[in-house]
Amino acid sequence: MTADPLLSVQNLTIDYIGAEADFRAVDDVSFDIAPGEVFGLAGESGCGKSTIAYAINRLHKPPALIRRGRILFEGQDVLDLDDRALREFRWSKVAMVFQSAMNSLNPVLRVEAQFHDLLKRHRGYSKEQSRERAAEMLRLVDIPPERLRDYPHQFSGGMRQRIVIAICMALDPKLVVMDEPTTALDVVVQREILQRIDELRRSRGFSVLFITHDLGLMVQFCDRIGIMLRGNLVEQGTSEQIYHRPQHEYTKQLWASFPSLHGHPVRLERASG
Amino acid sequence: MIQEPIIALEQVSKSFGHSGKAVRAAHDITFALHPGRTVALVGESGSGKTTCARLVMREYRPDSGRILFRGKDLNATGAVGLKEYRRAVQMIFQDPFASLNPAHTVDFIIRRPLALGQPDLKGGAVDETIADLLRRVELDPGAVTRKHPHELSGGQRQRINIARTLAMGAQVIVADEPTSMLDVSVRLGVLNLLNDMKRDLGVALLYITHDLATARYVAEDILVMYAGQIVEWGDVHRVLTNPQHPYTRLLLSAVPNPEIRFDNPDARLDPHAVEAIRREARHLQDRIVEVGPNHFTRRAA
Repeated sequence: MTADPLLSVQNLTIDYIGAEADFRAVDDVSFDIAPGEVFGLAGESGCGKSTIAYAINRLHKPPALIRRGRILFEGQDVLDLDDRALREFRWSKVAMVFQSAMNSLNPVLRVEAQFHDLLKRHRGYSKEQSRERAAEMLRLVDIPPERLRDYPHQFSGGMRQRIVIAICMALDPKLVVMDEPTTALDVVVQREILQRIDELRRSRGFSVLFITHDLGLMVQFCDRIGIMLRGNLVEQGTSEQIYHRPQHEYTKQLWASFPSLHGHPVRLERASG
Repeated sequence: MIQEPIIALEQVSKSFGHSGKAVRAAHDITFALHPGRTVALVGESGSGKTTCARLVMREYRPDSGRILFRGKDLNATGAVGLKEYRRAVQMIFQDPFASLNPAHTVDFIIRRPLALGQPDLKGGAVDETIADLLRRVELDPGAVTRKHPHELSGGQRQRINIARTLAMGAQVIVADEPTSMLDVSVRLGVLNLLNDMKRDLGVALLYITHDLATARYVAEDILVMYAGQIVEWGDVHRVLTNPQHPYTRLLLSAVPNPEIRFDNPDARLDPHAVEAIRREARHLQDRIVEVGPNHFTRRAA
């Protein structure tokens, strides 16, 4: 691994402030993501994985409070950025694809306008320039550029998801955070999209923070994986290690809670987390 | 050794919209639900799975074909009363957060169908039966009966939904993606419960999903749908180990598999090949081919 990580999360601790007691959503979590690496965070709902994703983009809002820790992006602490620097940082350094990303397009704007929004603000592009860049990005995700003048409802769910990914990559960010990006899609479309992202990260060299609950998918796609349980990062390792030699009891339970498509059918008992 | 089917669909078709622009939502659908057995219906969104569920639930009338309930045609006037049918055929929905009335307690949610399903029960026997039903779905009656749905987790709510169908005395349960909104660690508990109901109570299950691994886990038979047609069907192990239809193969090859990483060329789906399979599978496939015992596929005629 290279000496300098692109992103280094150090001792991150996040509480949700409550009226009587605080809820510790993220407890002393540390991990690094190298340039060009795909790092996965796996765990069940409520384990804190999305809270981390939001914090990296400084999108966390009260009652979430970062108690402790640093989020270093290229050596600079994201938590220290002022508003102006933060605007510059979002999208151009770190872009985020949300779980329901296919519904995050503006339904009353043509696709090209949604690209222009971003490109004008960050790069000062004219409409012509934006259109050119948008066409280039759509080709990357296998959507014909002729469709730039269409509205979101004219695309299928999988295509909308790819458009969101294309918008995310328009500014060549160094890190793309994907929070369950394909959970709402069926398996064939899911594979098509993730396969494309895998090719793109190899050709363009960006890193990915990939969040899902599907361990099998995670092993296929990620270089390294962290397993979260109730706010704690209980295990991290290469995909190979997590798959073949899981160390933590919870990781083993997670594996055991997936019915397999292969092998002898057995009755499984659930993970008790 | 397989008993007579409770529900049988015979060449049922249903389309929406007007002629010329009509969408073929379900075409020439034939399958049967037997006591103590599970049929898994798999396919991508928009393939017609839910249309099939609604046909079984009598929410849609077929355009053509017959649906038989214990051998009687549902469309023949007076053959099967709607009340009798609703009592016997119950549904479990995908979203456990939206399918329980938030204003009612768990006790009420179970008590009401029980009054319809077993009207002879009186007084203390009702309370006892409610407690039994909750224990059957592995909930602690003392802890949950007075609670409202918002105080329960998704897995607990889905268990309440199952208990509710049992209170009604359901013989057929249509479960539409019952675990896809649940956390991975509680999914198995719900699937195991469905398996127990099938085994212990002889319930017939129609399990709708796009997850082939869970289909294999709960079902004896599988139906693979694409574009309104059942393109391959039969014994779940035969179909999944020896898939014949190109769409079934595509579906299987796209299931997440930790053995094959994306950088492995074997994992790569060729987008053009995928598009060709989809285009081909959208055509009418009227020729039925018997692959082996209890394993069939369709081909374009």
